[in-house]
Amino acid sequence: MKSVIADDLVKTYDKGNVKALDHLSLDVEEGTVLSVLGPNGAGKTTTVRILSTLLRPDSGRATVAGIDVIKDPDKVREVIGLSGQYAAVDEILTGYDNLVMFGRLYHLGKKQAVVRAYELLERFSLTEAAKRPIKTYSGGMRRRLDLAASLIVKPKVLFLDEPTTGLDPRGRQEMWGVIQELVKGGVTLLLTTQYLEEADQLADEIAVIDNGKVIARGTSDVLKKQVGGERLEVVVESQHVAKTLEIVEKISGHSASLDEGLRLIASPVSTGSAALFEVLKALDVAGIHALDVGLKRPSLDDVFLALTGHVAEEKKAEEEKTSKRVKEKK
Amino acid sequence: MSAFQDTMVITQRQLRLLTRVPEVLLFSTIQPIMFVLLFRYVFGGSIDTGQPGGYVQLLMPGIFVQTVAFTLAGTASGLAEDMKKGLIDRFRSLPISQSALVVGRTLGDSLLNIVVLFAMGITGWLVGWRPSGGAFNVFLGFAFLLGFGYALSWIGAFVGLSAKDFRVVQNVSFLVTFPLTFLSNAFAPTTGMPRPLQYFAEWNPVSTMVAACRELFGLENQFGATAGSFPSENPLITSLIYMVLIMAVFVPLSVRKYRRAAG
Repeated sequence: MKSVIADDLVKTYDKGNVKALDHLSLDVEEGTVLSVLGPNGAGKTTTVRILSTLLRPDSGRATVAGIDVIKDPDKVREVIGLSGQYAAVDEILTGYDNLVMFGRLYHLGKKQAVVRAYELLERFSLTEAAKRPIKTYSGGMRRRLDLAASLIVKPKVLFLDEPTTGLDPRGRQEMWGVIQELVKGGVTLLLTTQYLEEADQLADEIAVIDNGKVIARGTSDVLKKQVGGERLEVVVESQHVAKTLEIVEKISGHSASLDEGLRLIASPVSTGSAALFEVLKALDVAGIHALDVGLKRPSLDDVFLALTGHVAEEKKAEEEKTSKRVKEKK
Repeated sequence: MSAFQDTMVITQRQLRLLTRVPEVLLFSTIQPIMFVLLFRYVFGGSIDTGQPGGYVQLLMPGIFVQTVAFTLAGTASGLAEDMKKGLIDRFRSLPISQSALVVGRTLGDSLLNIVVLFAMGITGWLVGWRPSGGAFNVFLGFAFLLGFGYALSWIGAFVGLSAKDFRVVQNVSFLVTFPLTFLSNAFAPTTGMPRPLQYFAEWNPVSTMVAACRELFGLENQFGATAGSFPSENPLITSLIYMVLIMAVFVPLSVRKYRRAAG
C-alpha cells in the first residue's frame, strides 16, 4: 500500500513567476524510506510543506496514509510527524519542557506527556540535558530533540526535511544512527536531502528532483546503473604506466584515461570482476606489480551529474550568488 | 473543549518562558515604573493641571494606557520570533485548533499586563496617585485597560505574522504605538495642540481610553476645540466600540494569516 501519494503537484510563487513544483508526482510504499534528493531550490521543502499540510498546492492531489491533504488537513496532522530544516523547538525552554508541551498539544494527558517525554529523552540520549534550555544544546542535540518532538505519538508517516543540513560530520553520523534505528522500527519515512551520501545510506528508494520535477527514481543501485557500468582503476609505479595503459585498453575494449600525478589508469568496463581478474593476470605475466587496483561503481554525484547536467554543489553555489545579488539590490 | 486546552498549553508555555527568563518580567515592569517616576518628577513640577492632587492624577491613566498599548509590540515580536525559528511550522503541523497559538499568545501577553499594571499602581500610589472614583470604578478602569491591551495584542499578532523580517516588526510596532500615545491627551492636555491635531487626538483610541480611565478614577476631563464631541462626552462607550472594532477586524485577519503563514 502507498502511504504517501503526490500526484501532479504544481506550486508557483511570486504570482506564477517562480515555479517551485512543476507537475511533481511521487509515492512512498508503506514501511519504506524514500529520499527526495536534489540541490537547493529544487522543490524539496515545498513538497514536504504541501504533504505536511503547511502549504496548499496550486493544483494536483496528495494523500498521506490514505487521507486527502487538501480536503482533510486536520486528519492528516494527526498521523504525521514533521521535522524541518530548522530545529523547531522553543530555545528558551528546556528539552523536557518542550517535549511535555508538544505532548500536551498532541492531546496526551499530563502524566502521559511526562512519561513520553522521559522515554524520548532516553531514546535520543538527551536525558542528561533534559533540564537545560535548548539554547545550550549543540546543533546535533537540537535536531535530535526536534526529531523526538515529531515522534511523540508514533506517526504513521514521518517527514524529515534535510535532517542533517548544517550539522558537523559527527552530528551527521549521530543523526544517521538515530534515523537508521527508526527505519528498523518500520516507520514510513520521506526524507529530503542534498547529500547524495545520505540518500545512499538511509533510503530504500531515491527520487531525484530538479527544477520542481522528478527526473529519475529507483533504488540507489538502479540509479547508478542508469549512469553506466563500472570503472576499472589501476595504480602502478611510473615506469610501468605506458605498458599498463596498453593492457587495460586491450582488455576493456575502451580507451583508458591516465592521471599522471596519481599514476592512475582508469577505463569503463562492462564485464565487471571478470575484466578485473584478466587485467591482474596480464599485469602479472608482464611482471608489473599493481599498487592499487579496483572496480568503482559510479557515485550518486556521478548520477546527479549525468541526470541534470550539473553537479549538485555547483548549482548551490550558483544560487547563493544569485540570492546575494538580490540582497545587494535591496 | 480541546481548543480551550490547546490554548491553555500555549499560554502556559509563555508563563514558563517568564520563569525561565525572569529578566523579561523584571524589565517589562521596571520600564513603566521608570516612566511613572520620570514623568511624575520631571514634568509634574511644571505642568499646572488645575486639578486637586497635581499632575500625577492626570499622568497615571495616561501612562497606564501607554503601557498596555505596548502589548502590541510584545505580541508582534513574540510571534515574529516563533516564525523566524520555524516554531510556527511545527505548531501548524500539530493536530491542534488553528487559533490556539495566537489566542494563547495574546492571553499570555495580557496576563503579563496584570502584573505590570499592579506594579505601576503601587508605584503610583507611593508617589501620590489617589484615585477617587470608588473601588468598583477603579477595578472597572483596570478591566478596561486589560481589555484595550488585549485588543491591541491582536493588531500585534497580525503585524508579527505578516512581517518578513524580525527587525521590521519592532519598527512597525513603534510606528503604530508612538504617534498614538503621544498624539493624545495621555501626558499633556490637548488644548494646546493645533486644531486639526486636537480633533485627531480626541478621536484617538488612546485618548478615549485615557479619558475613560480618568473618569473612572474620579477626575474631570478637559477638552479644547472638541468639547462636546461624541468621544469626549462618552469616552467609555467610544473605547468599548474601538476594542470591539479592533478585535472584529484583527482576530479573523490574524487567524487567517497564521493558517497561511509561510515561515
